[in-house]
Amino acid sequence: MDLIWLVPALPLLGFLTLLVAGPRMGDPKSGWFATGAVAASFAVAVALFVDLQSMPEYERQVTQTLYTWMPSGSFEVSIGFLLDPLSSIMILFITGIGALIHLYSIGYMKGDPKFSKFFLYLNLFLASMLLLVLGDNLLLTFLGWEGVGVCSYLLISFWHTEPANATAGKKAFVTNRIGDAGFMLGTFLVFVTFGSINYADLRPAATGIAAVTATAIALLFFVGAIGKSAQIPLFTWLPDAMAGPTPVSALIHAATMVTAGVYLITRLNPIMAQAGWANDVIAWTGAVTALVAATIAVAQTDIKKVLAYSTVSQLGYMFMAVGTQTYVAGVFHMITHAFFKALLFLGAGAVIYSMAHEQDMRRYGNLRKYLPVTFVTFFVGWLAIAGVPPLSGFWSKDEILAGVFNYGAAGPALWVVGVLVAILTAFYMTRQLIMVFFGTEQWRGVAPVPAGAVLGASGAGAGDTAPEQEAESPTVQLGEGSDEPTAHDDHTGHGDHHLMPSHEPKEAPWTMLAPLVVLAGMAAIAGLMNLPFSDQFKRLEHWLYPMIVFENPLPEGPTLVGLAAVAIAAAVVGIWFAFFVYVKRRLDPARIELPILAEGWKIDSTYAAVVGGPGEATFQGVADADARIVDGAVNAVGRGSLGLGTLLRKLQTGLVRTYALGVAIGTVALLAFIVTRMNL
Amino acid sequence: MLELTETWYLVLASLVFTIGAVGLMVRRNPLVQFMCVELMLNAVNLSFVAFARSLDDVRGQAIVFFVLVVAAAEVVVGLGIIVAIMRRRQGADADDISLMRG
Amino acid sequence: MFGLPTQDEPIPFDELPLDDPLLFDEPAGVVIPDIEWSAIAPNLILMLGGILLLTVVSLVRGRTPSWFSAVWTISTAVFAGVTLVPLWQRVQDDGAESVMAGAIGLDGFSLFVTGVMCLSVVLGALLLEGYLRREGLAGPEWYVLLLLSASGGVTMASANDLIVMFIGLEILSVAVYVMAAMHSKRVSSQEAGLKYFVLGAFSSAFLLYGIAMVYGATGTTNLVGIQQFLSETVLTQNGLLLAGFAFMLVGFGFKVGAVPFHNWTPDVYQGAPSPVVAYMASGVKVAGFAGMIRVFVVTFGPTYGADWRPMVYALAMLSLVVGSFGAIVQTDVKRMLAYSSISHGGFILVAVAANSEAGTAAALFYLLVYTFMIAGSFGIVTIMGRTGDGLHALSDYRGLSKARPGLALLFTVFLLAQAGVPFTGGFLAKFYVINSSVSQGQYVLALIAMSAAVVAAFLYLRIVVAMYFDGNTYRGESATLAGPKVRIPAAAGVALGIAVVGTLWLGILPGQMTSVAGDAVAQLVAIGP
Repeated sequence: MDLIWLVPALPLLGFLTLLVAGPRMGDPKSGWFATGAVAASFAVAVALFVDLQSMPEYERQVTQTLYTWMPSGSFEVSIGFLLDPLSSIMILFITGIGALIHLYSIGYMKGDPKFSKFFLYLNLFLASMLLLVLGDNLLLTFLGWEGVGVCSYLLISFWHTEPANATAGKKAFVTNRIGDAGFMLGTFLVFVTFGSINYADLRPAATGIAAVTATAIALLFFVGAIGKSAQIPLFTWLPDAMAGPTPVSALIHAATMVTAGVYLITRLNPIMAQAGWANDVIAWTGAVTALVAATIAVAQTDIKKVLAYSTVSQLGYMFMAVGTQTYVAGVFHMITHAFFKALLFLGAGAVIYSMAHEQDMRRYGNLRKYLPVTFVTFFVGWLAIAGVPPLSGFWSKDEILAGVFNYGAAGPALWVVGVLVAILTAFYMTRQLIMVFFGTEQWRGVAPVPAGAVLGASGAGAGDTAPEQEAESPTVQLGEGSDEPTAHDDHTGHGDHHLMPSHEPKEAPWTMLAPLVVLAGMAAIAGLMNLPFSDQFKRLEHWLYPMIVFENPLPEGPTLVGLAAVAIAAAVVGIWFAFFVYVKRRLDPARIELPILAEGWKIDSTYAAVVGGPGEATFQGVADADARIVDGAVNAVGRGSLGLGTLLRKLQTGLVRTYALGVAIGTVALLAFIVTRMNL
Repeated sequence: MLELTETWYLVLASLVFTIGAVGLMVRRNPLVQFMCVELMLNAVNLSFVAFARSLDDVRGQAIVFFVLVVAAAEVVVGLGIIVAIMRRRQGADADDISLMRG
Repeated sequence: MFGLPTQDEPIPFDELPLDDPLLFDEPAGVVIPDIEWSAIAPNLILMLGGILLLTVVSLVRGRTPSWFSAVWTISTAVFAGVTLVPLWQRVQDDGAESVMAGAIGLDGFSLFVTGVMCLSVVLGALLLEGYLRREGLAGPEWYVLLLLSASGGVTMASANDLIVMFIGLEILSVAVYVMAAMHSKRVSSQEAGLKYFVLGAFSSAFLLYGIAMVYGATGTTNLVGIQQFLSETVLTQNGLLLAGFAFMLVGFGFKVGAVPFHNWTPDVYQGAPSPVVAYMASGVKVAGFAGMIRVFVVTFGPTYGADWRPMVYALAMLSLVVGSFGAIVQTDVKRMLAYSSISHGGFILVAVAANSEAGTAAALFYLLVYTFMIAGSFGIVTIMGRTGDGLHALSDYRGLSKARPGLALLFTVFLLAQAGVPFTGGFLAKFYVINSSVSQGQYVLALIAMSAAVVAAFLYLRIVVAMYFDGNTYRGESATLAGPKVRIPAAAGVALGIAVVGTLWLGILPGQMTSVAGDAVAQLVAIGP
């Protein structure tokens, strides 16, 4: 138990070592070193887990305080770690999947000129993420929260030779800052209410607080969670974040960081239990996000974009769960999703790797012949996410749906949305599977796409191009117009793909396949954690039980079976319909892949138009690089700030006389105030 | 016969102060602007003296000497800077000295 | 006729009632008060150091080597800093007291601020050394003025009498006016000096008028006396006193660059020599805030807090908004940093508006952190200005990460610290400020402060982006730093090292300094009897 600090410290050590010696260690040594650091961290996490399990149920809460960071009177913040059922299970899957993705990256990033830097960021990310889940108070969690945000920013922009990536990185940064403000304010409100920000102190005191306060705290933290976990309305950054290397998408934007919001809400469940309608807000936001993102995923053609929107959608599912106070199901789905979505992303990465960094699914097809291992593992991932029993996704999704159904008056309505999303999920994942691994080999005989055809990094900036034209242009990033080949080999800078008709896809190296196999195994069996059959199978529920104040009970008996049947039916319908459209060709796909869906309901471009978000449209018109950055930064806050700034600029005339006038006006204003307070 | 209380002096001081402040805003010659500042300081001196008188406290009058010294020091520095600028840019008024703005 | 009503005809000089107890407090002429020199040792060392330096270099035949003045100045400041230690111990043991016939407060607060001023002098002198050589400017006067100005700042921070504070402020300011104008080769430097001077004198007059009004209302300029008077007396007419508040606030607001008295800041920061700006932004602001806190929080806070807090509240709000938004449209890094310093000033004003011990401690901590990070930032600007001190456009920073990765990294740290990123001092400084504000119920202000911090983050991001994510690289061109080669003088390197260590140290292990700041506030002259 004294080793808790080692869990975040090992990746941090890896980071520091790579910072000093990274370039000298080079490729692939630095990658192996980083992987080793995370694997060691995983080993410690396992040991801690076993240790914790051996303790009596209600003592499973260990705090380790390293030192007092901020002593300031009544308000004391320590650098301390809290190991309890929730954090122990979080660190297990974070370090586990993290180690696998590190291993995978050794192959994926091979030959990249910034190889060691990539691992340096990855290690820093994991250290921050572990700090986030292990921190024993809100401020420490916030530090991790900020840390993962910065790393995410750095990793999305990793190939920042491409402007889209730098833009996407900035977008993620900016969006997350909005969420951070919510987190910060929530923390202050917690401190004002409880006089402490330690999780250990919140639980006993939470029952005594006013419902209004609890609701306010819950909503503030939910704003934070929205930003980090890409929920409506702040979800547009996540699809853009796909500009980063694929392992990053798998680790940060699928498995770990984006689930931080779910973790946070679960962690604060004692407050949520008092928060009344804030829970409904969370549940409905999750439901709407899940539905909207799932519809968008239907029409994406970029292999990673599909998965990105799918992630947003699945996160919506998790929020539905925690919003309906079905925390166990939420955490359960978070874990299973981490496995199968990481698997799918890594599989997609392997495909992209084999296909000369082409990401457009319309140029794939029949890859199962060339990439058997990737295909089989991807197939497992597909089964899992589509909700086919007995794979893990089915169990967790079913549990969420059951819990949602049981949630008061709004339950059935939410449940209907959930089932719809389940159908859509099965549909778009089947579509992806078919487009990638079945059918004809589309890259043969297709002329290279014309340069200069530019789509938004979000897949949303496409503007008014007709669907047919669009079908011919790649949904890949900018940089398309780049004439000069980048200095490094084609693993980086996936804008300059050269997928020739003669291309023969080859399976990725073992460092990439091994993680796929392991994850496929986990995605298949992770459902064992929490099976609904009888009490003894509900291991996760028992494990988490001590730290959850109020859990929405699942329905029993026939209802549960009925709901499960519907869930299975949903999966079947979705898969069947995809077959119907994409294999049998009974229905023109264009009638489903509506342009408005491909453009993400125009949400991103609407943002760009209304607040002038740093969408591609804004950027293209601005040739000057600096002006672009200014616009990007400024527009994110709104054109108003620029107006205000310009106004301020005009007031700054450079004349002493005007400045003196400013002083005088200020004085008069102060005196005017004074007059109101005078008693003569 | 009009009886002059301290209030009269205070009002006069505030008027002089205002004249100085407004003068700084409307005049363009740096020297005149500077004189306006002196006017303001001396208005304050007058107030100090008047207050000292009404409080029957000598410290207020002593303060005036400190202020005079400070004002003298400012004159030295201010004239130095003004002369340095004028040497470079002959005939410039205060509004011309606005390279930096925005 | 004309004359004062209480006195019918002038009294001849030899009949002046010199022993009139009403005229002098002591019956038999002036009594020289006991002067405890050791209590003002740091201040004396700074001032004498400056004067001695001036004397020495003018007596020595020929030119003194350029390093001499710098070493002298730094040693003086360090020496002054060392003498703080026994004084600090004394204050912690025996409590705060006023010395020099009640004119100077010897308390934790003044000692803390003195320490920060010494730090700021050390950093300023280190930056000046290489700068003067690069620019080919003559040496010793700069250092003399630096020391004298610091002595004025210390006087201001430890003054227990409004007039002493005014004199301190003038010593501080007059020296800085000259320093701002002293780059004889740059027109903009002289323009900056003139603007700063005219407006500074203008605002000093306001401050002085405010002092006069407070004197008129309370009958004394001694801060302890004022506090006692106000706590014992209920004023039937408070107009004069409140008007005094307003006028004094103008004076202090100007010195700390609070909106709407901030207009000079961008112009002066842009024009003045960069190392001087490093000192102005840190030292002058620290002294200004010290004076403001001592007058408003310590003296007027207990009795008239409700009257001045809304004014400071408004200034804080305006400063945060204008500072953050004004910076966005700038293309000159010095102006950007000037606006960001306005925004920082707004943050400190938030702590002042809290009108509490926690707020004052937060302000002190913020000022310490601020000194490190702003001196560091302007240190980079000093180096990057290159010969002529003119290359300050954002585009001049493009590609710095390639040409000088270390410098780019340091600047990033300073900028992140200013943005308030965790594990830098800036985060905790902002955190304490907001915390003190929230605990006084200033939720709206706290909210604005946080939003302003978010907006300001864009500004810092912009500079970082210019250094790292250069716009040209994606076209395949390599980003190269335009302009002459960047040279880092050894002394400036040391200054940057100190600044970065301080910034990070206060972010990672702040415990010591926060408790020192807390102790400093606990020992204040005018609090309690």
